[in-house]
Amino acid sequence: MELKGLLIEKKAAILSKWFDLILESYPSDTSTFLKKQKNQFANPVGHTISEGIEGLFDGLLKEVNSDSDGVSPFLDNIIRVRAIQDFTPSEAIGFIFLLKKVIRESLQREIREHQMYDELLRLESRIDDLVRSAFNVYMKCREQVYELKANEVKKMTFRLLQRANLVKEIQED
Amino acid sequence: MAKPTKPTKPPKPEELVKIDYNPPEKPWMEVPVEFKPGTFCYGTRPKYLEEIGFPNPREWSPLDDDWKLPADWKDTVLKGIGERLKKNRAFHLFMDICVRCGACADKCHFFIGSGDPKNMPVLRAELMRSVYRKYFTTGGKLFGNLAGARELTSDVFKEWWYYYYQCTECRRCSVFCPFGIDTAEITMMARELFNLLGCNTDWIAGPVANCYRKGNHLGLEPHTITSNIEFLVDDIEEITGIKVEPTFNRKGAEILFVTPSGDLFGDPGTYTCMGYLMLFHELGLDYTWSTYASEGGNFGFFTSMEMAKRLNYKIYAEAKRLGVKWILGGECGHMWRVVHQYMDTWNGPADFLEEPVSPITGTKFENAKTTKMVHIAEFTADLIKHGKLKLDPSRNDHLKVTYHDSCNTSRGMGILEEPRYIINKSCNHFHEMHEDTIREKTFCCGSGTGLNAGENMELRMRGGLARANAVQHVRDKNGVNMLANICAIDRATLSTLMQYWVPDVGVSGIHELLGNALVMKGEKERETDLRLEPLPGKEDEDV
Repeated sequence: MELKGLLIEKKAAILSKWFDLILESYPSDTSTFLKKQKNQFANPVGHTISEGIEGLFDGLLKEVNSDSDGVSPFLDNIIRVRAIQDFTPSEAIGFIFLLKKVIRESLQREIREHQMYDELLRLESRIDDLVRSAFNVYMKCREQVYELKANEVKKMTFRLLQRANLVKEIQED
Repeated sequence: MAKPTKPTKPPKPEELVKIDYNPPEKPWMEVPVEFKPGTFCYGTRPKYLEEIGFPNPREWSPLDDDWKLPADWKDTVLKGIGERLKKNRAFHLFMDICVRCGACADKCHFFIGSGDPKNMPVLRAELMRSVYRKYFTTGGKLFGNLAGARELTSDVFKEWWYYYYQCTECRRCSVFCPFGIDTAEITMMARELFNLLGCNTDWIAGPVANCYRKGNHLGLEPHTITSNIEFLVDDIEEITGIKVEPTFNRKGAEILFVTPSGDLFGDPGTYTCMGYLMLFHELGLDYTWSTYASEGGNFGFFTSMEMAKRLNYKIYAEAKRLGVKWILGGECGHMWRVVHQYMDTWNGPADFLEEPVSPITGTKFENAKTTKMVHIAEFTADLIKHGKLKLDPSRNDHLKVTYHDSCNTSRGMGILEEPRYIINKSCNHFHEMHEDTIREKTFCCGSGTGLNAGENMELRMRGGLARANAVQHVRDKNGVNMLANICAIDRATLSTLMQYWVPDVGVSGIHELLGNALVMKGEKERETDLRLEPLPGKEDEDV
């Protein structure tokens, strides 16, 4: 028996536990809402997280590179939300580590019985790798927030500067 | 030498990700507010308050422990609440009738995006209701906390300030409330109370002072306004070969045109402004701009009713001075809430004006019988309906458009069909967002009511998440690349919102789309759209 097969078999249960643990990072009133409301337009945060972690999980199983197109949109979607919520940087990306806990706890017996530790370690390394990519995404989002602030100021004054002949366009020859 | 500290056990990952800003062991009333960077606006500078004669001007920051409130601040607030309960029956009713059914709880874009329970409209209202009970109801006076009542303390005042500047008065919650409780009204009252103590935000107080002295939020003086519109006139000539000739402060014109000053300066509002100029020229409309009533928007409305009235007055005063027959208003959100619901009561009756009639179609705008002010979406939709405009929608074929209903024009005055009609006649590709996110149920841009400052960017991104999510869906499903709207604040803030959430979607006013499609008499063959970008099929030509 392989760990991968086991993960595929128990995918729904693992994702559900992972989702619940992530929602615990929100206040209890909020996590109830995030969990129960299934309409993606009424509950974009819950929807993004549940869709995103499934994408990440599939990516891990397929062993695709954590920076690849198969994984990074899901990572981006979740972290883009958490980067502007009330989280510290470690809180914003730390939800990925929770997957380790879920897998260890859910598959403890099987892993021990079938001696899957090598496979588990490899999987956990890939999870670590995901965190590395998550940090890049988080920083990109935060830098973007500051860029947006700067751009709004520029945009507000651009026409005024243009009027005052203080803007020079670089001419193409 | 410092004694080495005992190494502490590192927290587990699951402990690290848990944030609990509303600890369950403590009821919400006992959790003091924590001002987090990115979620609040700067406090106003004293000069803005001095310019409009408002109380308690001083240097202060919301992060200060001491907000430098006058010694009798508590009396001022309680007296202020008492006066408003008497004067405003809706406010009194909303303080009493909520049964906490929770229908509104998850309808607020700030709650959806932030996950902060105090952003649930019911709890946001409860912040004030608890104080109301303590001082204005027998049950609250007698039973205090047991009756859901609490003392007004400086912490409570700060909490109000934090959360009532996290409400955009969009009224989405009121659509779902079985009693029709309008949280926006509660927020308005709260903000009036803040202004009794000089606690406005800088981003709101600045435009208010500018508008009071110079007629517009940006503080533009007459020559700046005219020269900038002339700048747009030059762009129009470059694109169409036609020189449009707007007039300013012209006495005896039939129509006074008033639009938000954001249309004159900030892109993409300027493209919408070009659309207005082209349309009026094509019609040969007898209209004038005013460099004094040069602002349709009204940040006074986010300050107090009295301030809003003072700023609004200039529109009628200018209409009277110029001797126009009626007023046409540009694409704006809260400007129309003010015009539609307050202007006539505050500054009417405008009996020196005539009931608006379109000089082109003869249509009587009976809905504007009292205010004498017509929304440009109604005016233009009427023109198209009567076949008065020649439009070539293929010029917008590079755009796949969706439409964002602004809170104020949709929920505030029911303008739902006209903008869609104009878009559909000006463009070949239009796709609606999901029905739960448009029309009366539209999601706010997250930056209205003066929350469109820079320092609260995280808050704005949270507030706009639900709107952006619906846009993202039509982008993925239908390839939408343009988000049209009829609000100046939307044009500015949705652009920023899209850059963060849905980067390949642009933002435009509907008169920009109309300007692209409008076939003008004697125009040259168009090579570019109003943004000076090549039209479909003209990309490879040397322009």
